[in-house]
Amino acid sequence: MNANRTLNVALTIYVGLIFAFVFAPIIFSLIFSFNSQRFPTIPLGSFSTEWYEKILSDPDVWQAARNSLIVSCSTAVIATFLGFCTAYSDYRYNFRFKGPYLALILLPPTIPLIIMALAMLAWFSKIGTSGQLYSIIIAHSVLTAPFAMAVIRLRLNQMDPDLESAAWNLGASEWATMLHVIIPFCKPAIASGLFLTAAVSFDEFAVAWFVSGLNKTLPIVILEIVQGNIDPQVNAIGTFVFLISITLVVLAQLFFASRQMKSIRS
Amino acid sequence: MTPPLVVFDHVQKHFGDFTAVKEMNFEINEGEFLAIMGPSGCGKTTTLRMLAGLDAPSAGEIRLNGRVMNNVEPHERDTPLVWQSLALFPFLTARQNVEFGLKMRGIGKAERGERALKWLDKMQILQFADRDISTLSGGQKQRVALARSLVMEPQILLLDEPLSALDAHLVIRMQAVLTDLQRELGITFVYVTHSQSEAFAMADRVVIMGDGEISQIGSPKDIYRSPANRFVAEFVGRNNILSGTLAELSDSSAQIQTPSGAFKVNLNDVTLTDGQPTSFVISADLVHISQTEPDAQNKAFCKLISEEFVGSMVTLFLEDTHGQEFKVQMQERELSKFELKGGDQIWLNWDANSAHVLNRE
Repeated sequence: MNANRTLNVALTIYVGLIFAFVFAPIIFSLIFSFNSQRFPTIPLGSFSTEWYEKILSDPDVWQAARNSLIVSCSTAVIATFLGFCTAYSDYRYNFRFKGPYLALILLPPTIPLIIMALAMLAWFSKIGTSGQLYSIIIAHSVLTAPFAMAVIRLRLNQMDPDLESAAWNLGASEWATMLHVIIPFCKPAIASGLFLTAAVSFDEFAVAWFVSGLNKTLPIVILEIVQGNIDPQVNAIGTFVFLISITLVVLAQLFFASRQMKSIRS
Repeated sequence: MTPPLVVFDHVQKHFGDFTAVKEMNFEINEGEFLAIMGPSGCGKTTTLRMLAGLDAPSAGEIRLNGRVMNNVEPHERDTPLVWQSLALFPFLTARQNVEFGLKMRGIGKAERGERALKWLDKMQILQFADRDISTLSGGQKQRVALARSLVMEPQILLLDEPLSALDAHLVIRMQAVLTDLQRELGITFVYVTHSQSEAFAMADRVVIMGDGEISQIGSPKDIYRSPANRFVAEFVGRNNILSGTLAELSDSSAQIQTPSGAFKVNLNDVTLTDGQPTSFVISADLVHISQTEPDAQNKAFCKLISEEFVGSMVTLFLEDTHGQEFKVQMQERELSKFELKGGDQIWLNWDANSAHVLNRE
């Protein structure tokens, strides 16, 4: 009992430290984004929304936000669709080169981003599709599809293998079964996949920077601001990007975990 | 005579090198309750799946109402199946589950709802119609699964060990529900199980399968009293099996010499020849016990090894000096007169009419 208590306290402190370590920089960025002083020093100056006003009045930032929104939404839809198709083909069929097939799909996140970005750029310019907004969408879809696939595959593995046959047995064709059984069953994982891939795409810098040409996304604009000088605008825009990403990831978790808990309980 | 509803005509099923069904020839009549029983891996579920179109026969023909079904897609058949896992759709309510098949058949919303509610009512789970499947108990889920299949108003209902996940007392209740339903609807039930008590309690006819083949088809009583061969006799259980050679043969009876002595058996329609190795069985409930040596032709002197007590019935496990095992089943109140305990010696006897000679495999 006593030993347990000590262990609990120790673990709580440990987890607390991890969170502090991960979130401290972000929290500092948040605090300094409301600081009137130009340089991030302590003591703080007065409370100010100056930097937020500045970025909100910058048409470049607005354009980048629009681009980021288009890219991450399109990427989410395409990547989740691809992820679902591969996860289902893995669940349903057995074929000869299934091992290599799955490895190939799961490969992109393991390749260093900079290599991936260079390769994408080289390839896109070869086939004449570089420097467009859709170039980023294509690249991001390849990059994020494995995340969607992993989440949906986990969900499919929880499915009673008789469920599909039961639908056929009750008069549902293969397509009807897909529409009325498989997709509804995977819905929470599909939602989770959409949010997760949107979050990854929204944050992604390296590949976007290489293939985007003149179509800047938010992470690229942030880099440009930082490159010029030390400007607290970066804190404001960073806070904004962080809030969006964390919201997407939390939503993804909620959709996935709530189902998970439900199936554990029942 | 009406033609059979289902015909299995030299049906085989192979999965790669593995033979699930060697060769099956049998018929299912309209309106009968047929149980297919056998140990796990004997091919009984494969047989059922072939009837539902979920597995295609490797050879032979399956005919339903005279129509060859081999190449008919599962969703184009009218052979609803009640699954061992139930396979209810977890994202739908009880009522939506029942409506599923009707929806797939393109039946309008109003009629769908009406028919689903009628069946939920019939299965006495109307009050759970709009509940999530995960909130229902095992017995309630079972009823939803039955309603989901029966709402299709099929000619034939397939059941794959549907009661195996239920508690013992629920199994008895659901057996009654099933037999009542079958009688009321007058449709054919094909019920796959490994449980003898389920098969014998409900079925008109039982198909015993072993190792991908039919070992015997008959009424539960036929199979219990007159098992066709050693496999059936052993599978059915509660049988005493004795092996020996034929010593003496007359018109209607024979003497069989076993290590435990010579026993008289009455011959049914089995033909035997002298000196032939022969086995016979006596159902455990047809063996009597006595403290003193009985004045009977068929008797054995045994030591009590153990007893199994199930409600009012007791099964005694005994062994004679030659190592031959015997089982005796009797009423508990009868047994209590003997005041037996483990290791006690006692006499067994049975009538020659009770002995049933097995066909040689």
